[in-house]
Amino acid sequence: MTTDVKRPRSMTSAADTTFKNIIISLASLVLVAVFLYGVVLIAGGFPAFAREGFGFIFGLDWNPGTEKFQALPFIAGSFLTGFGALIIAVPLSVAAALFIVEYAPKWLAVPVGYMIEMLAAIPSVVYGLWGIFVLIPAVRSFQSWLVGVTGLDWTPTGIGLMSAILVLAVMVIPYVCAIARDVIQLVPNDQREAAYALGATKWEVIRYGILPYARAGILGGVILGLGRAIGETLAVTMVIGNASEIAKNLFSSTATMSSLIASQFGEAGGVQLNALIALGFLLLVFSVIVNLIARVVITKLTPVGTRL
Amino acid sequence: MKKLILASALLTASMVSAQQVSNITGSGASFPFPLYTEMFNAYKTQAGVSVNYASKGSGGGKRDIINRAVDFAGSDAPFSAAEAKDAPAEVSFVPMALGAVVPTYNIPGLTTKLKFTGALLADIYLGKVKKWNDAPIAALNKNVKLPDLNITPVYRSDGSGTTSIFVDYLAKVSTDWAATVSKGPQSSVKFPVGVGGPQNAGVAGLVRQTPGGIGYVEVTYAKANKLEYGLVRNKTGKFVDGGDLKEVAAASDAEILPANGIDSITNSSIGYPISGYTWILLYKDQKYGNRTKAQAQALVDLVQWMLSSKGQEFHDKLDYGRIDGQAAKVANRILAGVNYGGEAIK
Repeated sequence: MTTDVKRPRSMTSAADTTFKNIIISLASLVLVAVFLYGVVLIAGGFPAFAREGFGFIFGLDWNPGTEKFQALPFIAGSFLTGFGALIIAVPLSVAAALFIVEYAPKWLAVPVGYMIEMLAAIPSVVYGLWGIFVLIPAVRSFQSWLVGVTGLDWTPTGIGLMSAILVLAVMVIPYVCAIARDVIQLVPNDQREAAYALGATKWEVIRYGILPYARAGILGGVILGLGRAIGETLAVTMVIGNASEIAKNLFSSTATMSSLIASQFGEAGGVQLNALIALGFLLLVFSVIVNLIARVVITKLTPVGTRL
Repeated sequence: MKKLILASALLTASMVSAQQVSNITGSGASFPFPLYTEMFNAYKTQAGVSVNYASKGSGGGKRDIINRAVDFAGSDAPFSAAEAKDAPAEVSFVPMALGAVVPTYNIPGLTTKLKFTGALLADIYLGKVKKWNDAPIAALNKNVKLPDLNITPVYRSDGSGTTSIFVDYLAKVSTDWAATVSKGPQSSVKFPVGVGGPQNAGVAGLVRQTPGGIGYVEVTYAKANKLEYGLVRNKTGKFVDGGDLKEVAAASDAEILPANGIDSITNSSIGYPISGYTWILLYKDQKYGNRTKAQAQALVDLVQWMLSSKGQEFHDKLDYGRIDGQAAKVANRILAGVNYGGEAIK
């Protein structure tokens, strides 16, 4: 608080006040923008909410032909792909981060870290193409093998939920890994030295000295990754199959909220457009909820004494 | 020296007044985008007017023209009832090109073009015909050795004019399709089986990657990318190649284009049965907002040029069907009706 201390007049400057005002107005612009997002999305989506009621969230039928717009298949699709990707990406990312900080010699740690960060710089259309040309054939061979073993009545296509999860997992790794690496690096060396002094093995140092210290930060990275996964459109659209139904199994085609909006927005009109905007509003609500949960969990996980 | 400066200043001034309007904006259908791109490039060198066209899809283009955010729009589909109601004034639809949609497939080892009927395509996309060697396909393709392979139908996941033409055709030839999926042209529908990919490239990519896959793409795209595609039987019983521009033109000639320029020509009596128009949309009365007569004039000049032989010569090269014969007369008459607050434009 600047008002607590009375400074001599010569020490305050007009620039200070001006700067403060500029900063405050810029910061409130962000709030206004978020508020306006909400208003525009509610206004645009309202006809769809009004028409479908709770069916919009809990109904299964999305059919522009009959003008039925119920979004559960896509809500389910977003969460299945998002959490599916995390299940694969988080262990890999945390392991990679631990390797870089705790195990790798410097000449190796730097290039490995750099390569993982590079993954974040690849455009999503490239991930999509990689999905179509590399991942889908691989998933298809696995499916064919599965069909051969189990005798299921499937057409192995490789396109669907599993491919989307795998593509997203690779896309999420750099985010989770980069943050995990940074927070592990921030763990004070005293922690490590204290643990070693007590005769801990390397595993025990990591398990009891480092991870409890870093877990809140790692979780922050995980949440960021989840946001990335749920928001991704292009790469997902290219491999998920875009069927307007809930995935019947791990390999069937389905769609996510983001992929549906990206797919249908260009040509939509009338109620379909309202429904897509309403879906955008749901997406906003879900991100807010996920972020709130993340905040609570992070506070709970932060070890006592390190809270700011 | 002074005279020279004055003369050059006058010259510049006169050039500016002649080209008052140097920029026209449009948006919409992606299907004619390759054609329009070439046309607008040529128009820039010939008339000195640059045209900026955003290929965002027919629906987006229609939205933009309704909101008067662009000078003109491109669309592969007419207005829906809701859109017609939203439009603040009458919008003229000028037919600009014809396109065909062809079935493309991936059957390893197959070299001959497969033959399809509309009913068969509908049954495949309804999930009733499940294997490539099923009787309905084998009956049409007697000399072809068809594999015992599951069919994976591939459709466009994004709303598109291509889908609109395709499902409009299926609705006309299959009562089951009309009863369960779509009754007419519709840019996105709920396909009962199969997988979806974005854009022509997404569909073609998935078909290429899936042995046993079948998809539908614009013939321009199929040809440019050397995709295998099949023949489709028309009402006369002939199996027609959608890549043959004469057959596409025949489909448009078979139907008399109504005075408003809007018509569905799928399942036509002759010619290739999965064809359709793509339109340029502009306000019939160009006097709105703070639009000047010069702007209106520039726009009408552009559309007139696109309809003229200078514009239509790009169609052949890029595999689009020309607007010809009676359709061209109707198109020119529609354009002649475009005015500026009641004043005729040229």
